[in-house]
Amino acid sequence: MSSDAIAIQTAEAAGQPWVATLHEWVTTVDHKRLGVLYILYALVFLVIGGLEATVMRIQLMHPHNDFVSPQVFNRMFTMHGTTMIFFVAMPIMFGFANYLVPLMIGARDMAFPRLNAFSFWLTAFGGFLLYFSFLGGSGLYGAGNAPDVGWWAYAPLASRAFSPGHSSDYWTIALLASGFGSIATAINVIATIVSMRCPGMTLSRMPLLAWLNLVMSGMVLLAISPLSAAQIMLLVDRYLGGHFFDTQAGGSATLWMHFFWIFGHPEVYVLIIPCFAFASEIIPVFSRKPIFGYPVMVGATVCIAFVSMSVWAHHMFTIGMNSYANSFFTITTMAVGVPTGIKIFNWLGTMWGGNIQFKTPMLFCIGFLFQFLIAGLTGIMLASSPFDWQLGGSYFVVAHFHYVIVGGILFALFGAFYYWYPKITGRMLNERLGKLHFWLFVIGFHLTFDLMHIPGLLGMPRRIYTYEPGRGWDTLNYLVTIGAFIQGTAILVFVVNLVISYFKGAKAGNDPWDAWTLEWSISSPPPVYNYAALPTVASRRPLWDLKHPEDPDSRYE
Amino acid sequence: MSTIATPLPKPPLDWKLPYRGKVGMTCLIIAESAIFTIFVVAYLFYLGKSVTGPTPREVLETPIFYTICLLSSSLTIHFAGKLLEGGRRGGFLLLWLVTIALGALFLYGTGQEWHRLIYQHGLTISTNLFGTTYYSLVGLHAFHVTAGLIMLTIVLLFGLAGRVGSERSHRVEVLSLYWHFVDAVWVVVFTVVYVLGR
Repeated sequence: MSSDAIAIQTAEAAGQPWVATLHEWVTTVDHKRLGVLYILYALVFLVIGGLEATVMRIQLMHPHNDFVSPQVFNRMFTMHGTTMIFFVAMPIMFGFANYLVPLMIGARDMAFPRLNAFSFWLTAFGGFLLYFSFLGGSGLYGAGNAPDVGWWAYAPLASRAFSPGHSSDYWTIALLASGFGSIATAINVIATIVSMRCPGMTLSRMPLLAWLNLVMSGMVLLAISPLSAAQIMLLVDRYLGGHFFDTQAGGSATLWMHFFWIFGHPEVYVLIIPCFAFASEIIPVFSRKPIFGYPVMVGATVCIAFVSMSVWAHHMFTIGMNSYANSFFTITTMAVGVPTGIKIFNWLGTMWGGNIQFKTPMLFCIGFLFQFLIAGLTGIMLASSPFDWQLGGSYFVVAHFHYVIVGGILFALFGAFYYWYPKITGRMLNERLGKLHFWLFVIGFHLTFDLMHIPGLLGMPRRIYTYEPGRGWDTLNYLVTIGAFIQGTAILVFVVNLVISYFKGAKAGNDPWDAWTLEWSISSPPPVYNYAALPTVASRRPLWDLKHPEDPDSRYE
Repeated sequence: MSTIATPLPKPPLDWKLPYRGKVGMTCLIIAESAIFTIFVVAYLFYLGKSVTGPTPREVLETPIFYTICLLSSSLTIHFAGKLLEGGRRGGFLLLWLVTIALGALFLYGTGQEWHRLIYQHGLTISTNLFGTTYYSLVGLHAFHVTAGLIMLTIVLLFGLAGRVGSERSHRVEVLSLYWHFVDAVWVVVFTVVYVLGR
């Protein structure tokens, strides 16, 4: 059945003019194609956001550098942050969720395929709108400019008086559009997981990836909505003369901070939980052991989701809250460390005594484990409010959250790319280039972000476009920039690998990793309809049961 | 797969999962609740913080009649759904029409109140903090009523064309879930704006 499907697909692809293929991709409602579109779209923005980071790093390489003007520098950090969070990380997570969740739970598509396409194009529109601001930010008569109010757009900086023109409006509407797209996708993922599981796939047999994406989508509902509400308020202020964040009319700038961070902190977990999901699928397969502590894993994730909803104001210690608020948010923030620690022990427990294979996906997951642990430790340092008073708004914070986002999220994502690329394209990624990518990236990452903590401790504030020589920051900043270039080179190796392997890579076959979840039971790439007959499962590892009829998991459930 | 002899237990015969439409709508309601929560919090936070008048106590009148209209539309839509499930399409269409009429009446009431506030009391969205928060919160709700009315009207048109039978009652149920939510939000908005807020 599967070989027929492949034959049909290639025949179709060969006989079609490219316009027809393009039309098929633009009008598609297939969850796999939409997943690929999400991922490609995010990769394009990853390169753009990376270039913006490079501009900042070149500017900060030497004291008194004049590579870009202060104005351009402000636009660069605003666009870099906004792009990386909303147009790289979010779409790429939804891309993988779109592609993998229906396959893993044995469904033919998402619950609402057309809504799915709508969400993607809404998100895509948001990204294009944000970047159109480079042309249209001040209207077409004045030269355009991009948003420059920081990715938090704190009041009153984002008000009409201090941010004239339309640049902040592009930012607001881009986030509003992509936010609605995200909420719709989250609804879709939840409805798919709740209502579309194949027979026998009870919640306790569901792959952890599906479980964690369910939790993540629930968080999106509760976290992105406040952001949308706050953006609507900002629009009311900017266009209708409202006073929500207008301190002169009695409004409160602090309220915007609260609304932004009620979104902003859970967002970190919205991004990291799918990465936990990747690690929870990849580590068992390359340790040749089932996941250690499955129910605890699920429980810890739900626990993280709950606790992370009440930690937001740890981003606001430096604005001067009362001591009760400071204590509360210090305690809740530290409490997140407990379920997270449980997860890390579970992954270690999975690897312990396993027959570990150090393939590229596993290497990235191990990197993820190690770096995420360190990021968590600096997180606990910053959670303590007196410590935060000292270092909030310094490069220490920048180093901390890049450790989470690059060292944690991006590493796990690369692992996911190497692991599922064979399923998506039918070809393996080159292992040698993969290892080169990994080691270059590890070296570049640690050179950049380990060292970046130190200028922060020495008092270097974030978001400055240049600095005085002789404060002990010079050499460190120079090395940090070199690390950024090494990371850039690693990304280049990755992109080359993606392209070359697509044409020249070894054929993957259905199940190149000898894995246990349903997506590996069908051809690579999967046929449009996913499963000719809906599968039935009786355990957490349905493919193990098929491969080992003499000793199936279902016997022990 | 079926050709391979496996020792797998048979799939459960009664494999039934919740209807996806209902799950999707429930999720939408959760997300919408979060949006409304933020607006309600802003309203409560800014109570009495306006630098200039008018204040809620001076200008707001409790819209009892229109509130009764909206809340009773929840009842009519519920019974409309029940009638459709039982296959009584005439009764369904009638109650559906009543629901739309009650919703439209409520919207008219909001419009009238806004007209009075704007032309008699000079309160607009940019007058003071009360104006900003009041019009945003009540306006957000009115927007949801409007969206609901449009969807209800579409169902009515399909119903009049004879396309809505008992086999579609689970879909109609999804819309009625949304309408109940809009009503429930009004209970909160009413309490906050007209009871606590004065």
